[in-house]
Parts: sequence; C-alpha cells; structure tokens
Amino acid sequence: MTTVGVVVFPGSNCEHDVVEAVTGLGTDAVLVWHGDRSLGDVDAVVLPGGFAHGDYLRPGAIARFSPIMSAVSDFAAAGGPVVGICNGFQVLTEAHLLPGALQKNAGSRFVCAPTELVVASAQSALTCATEVGEVLRLPINHFEGNYTCSSETLAELQAEDRIVLRYVNNPNGSMDDIAGVCSAGRNVVGLMPHPERACDPLLGSDDGRRLLGSLLVAAGSRIAA
Amino acid sequence: MRFPVLVEVRLRPGIADPAGATIQRALPALGFDGVADVRVGKAIRFTVEAPDEATARKQVDELCERMLANPVIEDTQVFLGTSIRDAVADVR
Repeated sequence: MTTVGVVVFPGSNCEHDVVEAVTGLGTDAVLVWHGDRSLGDVDAVVLPGGFAHGDYLRPGAIARFSPIMSAVSDFAAAGGPVVGICNGFQVLTEAHLLPGALQKNAGSRFVCAPTELVVASAQSALTCATEVGEVLRLPINHFEGNYTCSSETLAELQAEDRIVLRYVNNPNGSMDDIAGVCSAGRNVVGLMPHPERACDPLLGSDDGRRLLGSLLVAAGSRIAA
Repeated sequence: MRFPVLVEVRLRPGIADPAGATIQRALPALGFDGVADVRVGKAIRFTVEAPDEATARKQVDELCERMLANPVIEDTQVFLGTSIRDAVADVR
C-alpha cells in the first residue's frame, strides 16, 4: 500500500483533512513533523494548508527553512510526487521547488468560496488521472493566492504545459487564471484550491478525489517502476 | 563592531499593491487630496556584528536575498552604518 506523508508545520491546519481524504481513497497516511530531518518511508508528500510559522514575514518564508524541507527537496529531486495545497503551495514557491510567488489577492480581498477549475494539463502528479478540459469544483480559502511571476517564467510555464489548473472565473487576480502549476519534472505540484475539502458529496463536491486519486496513481506508478 | 541596520522591503515596480491602493482610495474621504503613489512595504530593524561596515553590508545583502525579500515580487533597500544611527537609535 502506498503511504502519503503529510508535513505538519507549526500553524498548519489542514493536515487532518488531507489524512482523512487520502485514507478515504484507500491509502495510508502519516503526519511528519516539520522539525524532523527525514520523511521516513513515504511514496508521496503533501504540504497542507494553514499558516505555517504564522505566515510571518511572508507565507512560506520561514517554513522554507524548517529542517524537513531538505528531505522534501531531496524527495522531489528524486522524482517523488510532492503536492502543496494553499499555504503548502506558498511554501513550495518560497523553497524554489516551484516558480513564481503568491501575492496578495487583487482587491485586497480574502476569498473563501467554492470555485470552478478547469484541468489545463493532465501531465502532472496531481492531474495524471484527469482529462484536460475537465471542470472541477473545489473550495478556495486564501488572502495570498494571486499567482505572480515574470513574463519569461509565464512564457516558459505555458510553452512547457506546466499550468495544471486554471480558474474558470479568476477570483484573485492570478496571472493567466493560474490556480496550480507543476515543476519541470512534473512531480511537484502546487495549487491554491483545497481538494481535501471536496472529497465527499456531503461537502458539496467530491471532485477533490479526482486530484488526490491522481496523486495516488502517481505515487503507485513510481513504486511499480 | 555592531552595526544598526534598517531594511526596507518593497514591492517591485509593476507589482500590484492592493494594500497601497486601498489606503490611497481612502485618503480623499479624510480630506487628504493629492496623495498619490502609495506603496506599502515592510521595515525590518536589527543589528549585526561584523569586523567592518563592508562585511556587515555583505551579510545583510545575503540575508535580504535569502530570506527578508522574495525577489519574484520584492526588492530591498538597506540602510546601514553611522549614517542611519539616528534613524534606528531606538533599536538599542
């Protein structure tokens, strides 16, 4: 069975939702403390949402220096699937595992709402079992989700098909309606929406299972290889 | 020697500043007309131990690059040494 490691920073608050969501898909999950130096025996890593280290200085700016992040970088460099959700996405950009930055939302507005997303690339650890053009309904819940990067980086992301999710109606001013991007190796993915909060019809959508299910496929195929 | 330092972290030119825009929009209602170009940043004060000013500045530049600013959206202006002692006098 695959095991998903969910990193817990001081101030993370979505780690148990992620565990609940992935175990509901039939996998094991373990919480990994940010102060640890090893991820242990995991097949995929999730950096969950929240306010790591209080979001002091900038979201992710201090979490990037947590001891576990060296292990996360090594795991990513070895091709392991790594997903950052919301605050986790911010941590991955600060750690330079993903390009760009998450700037304050346009209009200085904290947005907490269900949003529609369209899969822009099915070639990533989080979308490999979805189809391009598929529309997913997931909640967003952030103040700093306005994806920003240089025009050169944006051109590179577009040319390399590394924009994995786009908003149907841009809620935060993100460049090119970007909701999620992946690394050049396609194994590191960051997204602002919360798939773990949309894994049961009782919650209004279970579309999150499409993405987290993809992550488990990516983790499983890596084990098989 | 211990050098007082003031780092101003600013959004780079061209990066949208929703906080600055909100403040600017509020000003006319308070009777402050003619205020423009409002930009919100951060001011970070500290002291640094170094044998001389050039070494101190090098350390601070690296600190800015690695942690205090995100170069994708921000840049920094560093004030360091005797010229700003008055400005940061209340640090120590």
